[in-house]
Amino acid sequence: MNDKSELIISKIKKETILSLLRKNERIDNRGLEEYRKIQITTGLIEKANGSAIVKLGDTTVITGIKIQIDRPFPDTPDRGIQIVNAELIPLASPIFEPGPPGEDDVELSRVVDRGLRSAEIIKLDELVLIPGEKVWAVFVDIYALDYGGNIIDAAALASVSAILTTKYNKAIVEDGEVKITDEQIPLPIGSIPVFVTIAKIGDKLIVDPSYEEELVMDARITFVIDENDNITGIQKGNPGTFTYGELIEAKNIAIRVSKKLREHLPPIHSE
Amino acid sequence: MHSEKPIKLLDENGLRTDGRRPDELRPLKIQIGLLKNADGSAYIELGRNKIIVAVYGPREAHPRHVVIPDRAIVRCRYHMAPFSVDERKSPGFSRREIELSKVIREALEPAIFIEEFPRTAIDIFIEVLEADGGTRTASITAASVALADAGIPLKDLVAATAIGKVEGRLVVDLNGLEDQYGEGDMPIAMMPSLGQITLLQADGRFSGEEFEKGLKMAINAIKKIYRVQKEALKKRYVEISREVLESE
Amino acid sequence: MTIYVRRKQVVIPGEPLAYGRYEYQGPIYTVRQRLYSKVIGIVEVENKKKITLIPLKGKYMPKEGDVVIGKIVDIGLTGWTVDINSPYKAVLPVSEVLSRPTDAVKLDLSKILDIGDLIVAKILAFDYTRDPLLTIKESKLGKITKGTLVEITPVKIPRVIGKKGSMINLLKNMLQVELVIGKNGRILVVGDDPLMEAWAVMAIKKIEREAHIPGLTNRIKKFLSKVKRGK
Repeated sequence: MNDKSELIISKIKKETILSLLRKNERIDNRGLEEYRKIQITTGLIEKANGSAIVKLGDTTVITGIKIQIDRPFPDTPDRGIQIVNAELIPLASPIFEPGPPGEDDVELSRVVDRGLRSAEIIKLDELVLIPGEKVWAVFVDIYALDYGGNIIDAAALASVSAILTTKYNKAIVEDGEVKITDEQIPLPIGSIPVFVTIAKIGDKLIVDPSYEEELVMDARITFVIDENDNITGIQKGNPGTFTYGELIEAKNIAIRVSKKLREHLPPIHSE
Repeated sequence: MHSEKPIKLLDENGLRTDGRRPDELRPLKIQIGLLKNADGSAYIELGRNKIIVAVYGPREAHPRHVVIPDRAIVRCRYHMAPFSVDERKSPGFSRREIELSKVIREALEPAIFIEEFPRTAIDIFIEVLEADGGTRTASITAASVALADAGIPLKDLVAATAIGKVEGRLVVDLNGLEDQYGEGDMPIAMMPSLGQITLLQADGRFSGEEFEKGLKMAINAIKKIYRVQKEALKKRYVEISREVLESE
Repeated sequence: MTIYVRRKQVVIPGEPLAYGRYEYQGPIYTVRQRLYSKVIGIVEVENKKKITLIPLKGKYMPKEGDVVIGKIVDIGLTGWTVDINSPYKAVLPVSEVLSRPTDAVKLDLSKILDIGDLIVAKILAFDYTRDPLLTIKESKLGKITKGTLVEITPVKIPRVIGKKGSMINLLKNMLQVELVIGKNGRILVVGDDPLMEAWAVMAIKKIEREAHIPGLTNRIKKFLSKVKRGK
């Protein structure tokens, strides 16, 4: 149970958003394919192997990466482990309830995980120390700090930025024993995915919905795009619908917009 | 607490693992009002500790049956992010976090004029982003400032620190190593202008004299921390003034 | 009797303001004749006798007679629940909306006021033991049909009005807009030109940010002239 009044948008505001959209304008003067201001800061958390704080408009998210040696999963004895955990904590918004992860937390965790995994941003097969016994496990923990709409893209930017700037101690295997060295190495990086979320309001498609736009939107769709313009993840959300034509248009928008969004990411292995 | 010490906590000059004297505080930085949704917010860096606090309220309480007819209820959630510690911590709430949520709430509540807001809730959310000893006291220091930032009427700010004992000597503002390998840990919170202590805990072993001396050391340290809180709060007002007058 | 603070000094919670028998106004508390601030705010001293403290921020506490702007968030059997930007949700009974007596059971309340509608209302009663009671039956009250809503911290509302209405008149004259000011920090700007409405919103936000800095009225005048010329 939480305060529903924050989820109710006034009819006048809703009408303003809709009438502006009919002229291809948005309430914050953005273009339909324009992202809000993006600020990415990496390396703040020294105890984490990698970290990034992303400010996307009024949305702020932090991702921390911790890398530890663990047993591999029984069905993948020759692959490292990637675990993504996202939490929409009540600190970030009056609409987030305290308590164990709800369906929104879980959806966010799994969507980010799939997008990262399908792109193979972390080459998990290069994280094996002793097959079947010891592998590196990469924990990606995502925490919302301020919610202003489009948490998916912000969480993805934070996670990818943190992964790209992660450093951990290299381990070698000597006589069947794992020895951790002092050498700091980056993660083995495959392809780098960019998440683009598009909201459908009426018959318009807009990129990076703000909080108020989310209250008005019929449906949203997130495309995960790699450097070769391939799609490595899709998630449609909200109870609205898309036509075939809208989906194709959304896909094209996502590919187009992903290029500019990609420029915000930190270079691989930087601080 | 009493594990094998791999290192010397005090060197030949009586300096601590991070080069501090026994009565020296770690570098302290406080930022205010950085979150948009929260009614009040603060971010604190104390040594390597990095903690963010959000305050919501007074506001309607959900579920509604928890409210009290003649005052506000104060709720506090202290949580450590999985990446805030050396070994990744599981995301759920440990018993330690549950206890700390309670004692932190009890350290802050005496400062709040809760009778001015019957049937409402004041929610304090603390997220430790990086931990290095003394997170509960740093959280209290930050939460007090966040409450002030929210415009909630207070009798005083609350400032806090932890006294420790390393190699028989009392030290102020325990860091992570001293907390883990030292001989005692005594967190203290106080309303500095009113001289009222709102949090006191201890583990390890302290003699009666050490307790008294430690308390005095803590009160001195708390006065210094209070000055930083005060400056951070006033700075917010002054910052905006300067921007405006300079742009004239 | 001593005063510890200067005029227009920024004070914080727990900061001692004065010692002695002073008249005071604002969030101040006393312990054994010593006056302390409860909040972050600016202190004003009048004639060395009266101390006034103006808080920087604070929630809106409902008061009988206040005009407020509310948002309908729920519909019940006999009335509506209204969000008035306060720790307390308000109640608007059907009897305070319709002039003639009605059988509430027969009505579809959502046809009169629906979730998401904005209203200008007056607080009829509030005593902390029950939710504040609203009415929209008087003149100048009722459902809002157009305009832009802007929200500021309620404590700054007097600055938007200004001494004897000087600030609100400045905005009205320079931008040809009407302003409905809710004591709960919500202001409705209504103009024929959406651009003027937008500028009014910017000016109000500027007032909120700079309320504590002297010379506000002139700065707003300059700001509005600049903005209109840029048009």
